[in-house]
Amino acid sequence: MGRGVEVIRLKNVAKHYRLGDNLVRALDGVDFVINEGDFVSIMGPSGSGKSTAMNLVGSLDTPTKGKIYLDKKDISKLSESALAQLRGKKIGFIFQQFNLINNLTAKENIALPMMFQGEGESERLKKADELLSMVDLVDRGDHYPNQLSGGQQQRVAIARALANDPEVILADEPTGNLDTKTGAIVMKFLGKLHKEGKTVVMVTHDPKLAQGYSDIVYWLLDGKVEKITKRRRG
Amino acid sequence: MFTDYFKFSFKNLRHRGLRTWLTLLGIFIGVTVVIALIGLGNGLKLTVEAQFGVSSLEVITIQAGGVQFGPPGSGVSNPLTEDDLGEILGVNNVEYAIRRNIETVKLEYNDHISITNSIDFPEDKDESDLFFDTNDIDTLQGRRLKDSDTNAVMLGYNYYANKVDLGESIEVGDKIEVNNESLKVVGILEKQGSFIWDNIVVIPREKSKEISGFDEEIDLIVVVLKNTELIEKTKEDLESTLRHTRNVDRGEEDFDVSTPEAALETVNQVLTGVQIFIVIIALISVVVGAIGIINTMTTSVMERRKDIGIMKAVGAKNSDIFLQFLIEAGMLGLAGGIAGILLGSALSYFGTVGIASFLGTDVMPDVNIILIFVTLVASFLIGAMSGIIPAIKAAKQNPVEVIRG
Repeated sequence: MGRGVEVIRLKNVAKHYRLGDNLVRALDGVDFVINEGDFVSIMGPSGSGKSTAMNLVGSLDTPTKGKIYLDKKDISKLSESALAQLRGKKIGFIFQQFNLINNLTAKENIALPMMFQGEGESERLKKADELLSMVDLVDRGDHYPNQLSGGQQQRVAIARALANDPEVILADEPTGNLDTKTGAIVMKFLGKLHKEGKTVVMVTHDPKLAQGYSDIVYWLLDGKVEKITKRRRG
Repeated sequence: MFTDYFKFSFKNLRHRGLRTWLTLLGIFIGVTVVIALIGLGNGLKLTVEAQFGVSSLEVITIQAGGVQFGPPGSGVSNPLTEDDLGEILGVNNVEYAIRRNIETVKLEYNDHISITNSIDFPEDKDESDLFFDTNDIDTLQGRRLKDSDTNAVMLGYNYYANKVDLGESIEVGDKIEVNNESLKVVGILEKQGSFIWDNIVVIPREKSKEISGFDEEIDLIVVVLKNTELIEKTKEDLESTLRHTRNVDRGEEDFDVSTPEAALETVNQVLTGVQIFIVIIALISVVVGAIGIINTMTTSVMERRKDIGIMKAVGAKNSDIFLQFLIEAGMLGLAGGIAGILLGSALSYFGTVGIASFLGTDVMPDVNIILIFVTLVASFLIGAMSGIIPAIKAAKQNPVEVIRG
């Protein structure tokens, strides 16, 4: 369980889309609290609004209604550029599709977030090397994504997520494109990060995965929080 | 940060396919044409100026007919005559007027044959001094022709340098057949860097009349002035005198009075006209190239929507994405420009060397560093400008829509 310091809070947040003539209420008034050091899962079947929730938690998107606080600061009205700067520094993303840039090597992919924070090249590459060794891929640094297996790509993505030493790791179905065995390795890394004190938010549709690792699970259904389950560990 | 954008763009460009490089053809061709043309044009102008062998004296030349191709006086129905020469001598400010006949002759030496131009050499001592002065030429070897010479010639530099196809180089003392008359070479002229002068055969006037069969008619009259500042006025006086003696109206002249500047200017005008025309075509090519870059960058934005989304997710600001794409477009333009400069310079170099060696002049192609620099900057800017709209498009991509793929 975390140390109780609030990192991210969604307060009565709604996100509505217009799809043709229909108004889609992807999220319709949800409240999340994510505390420092927590492992939080957002669970739900497809269409439940969990992707939208993830985008809002990750400040990739702004809400139609309600407020989002990052480190107790309201970010729901920030400009796109300010949001980009903030999420680059505070949030590390891990995606289901890995989302590495194909024209860059593993090492360059890992170093990319640091570039947008204005870090010098030698500093970036040095840190990328450290992160590569952390995910056991030291000898794969010069490989391009298409020369790596899915599991290796996802480990590169984890290393990239850690590049700016963010407060929160946001993982969107991190094992969704992996077989059970490589998925387990990826989850092992996420668990390790959590143990080391990182806040981890995971979006998944797999209840076993959510309950196996999380302190708190938010269950979403039709754009609303259906229930919250907490687990107190040993 | 900026160097990062450039490195990043470079990496992206390396992964571009053939299609991208094909869209650069427009810029490439445009730059090639501009560079080749400016280089060649300058070389051509210098060559032409060398051909005119502009003398140190301000002289006026008069010939029958208008500006024409071929040796002066050839193919003219109403040639200048000795009567015209007499009238010209009477015009104000005229110090001397020298007649000149340029004929096509056949040379024979050592069983080799060559066709070239001959010029007649005046017997009169004063006039013959002027021959050297007005043409700013002297002998390199041997001596000048003199009035007692009858079966003697002076030859241009190329005969001595064996650049004329006569088997071997000709020296003072050798005998050469001109229109089947055996003449002795008494002098070799200095190198002039003009293919007319370096291939010339100078023959005493009476001998030339005999060999080439001309009589009263004159191909060219060179007028030396007392006061060179009055050259334009004297030119007008000469024209009006000749209109009178030859009985033609203004605007219907069957002769041409020109100053060296005027003659050069005519040539330069033609060359400049050609240059402007080709530069316009080159510019059209560059515009097509710019549209190509807009097209390829727009496609690239669509293809890389996911990359853009990822970059935004990991902290790229809209301005980061905008600059990234702008620089990439600029570098595309630059790549086209570099390729164009290489080919254009090569064309200009070999073209100028080719013309120079064909005409036997010493004009060397000049490498214009400023032109190259300006072209590089311009190529980059054209690329970048073409990239503005695609780059704005890229910057506006919404990361949410793309990264979940």
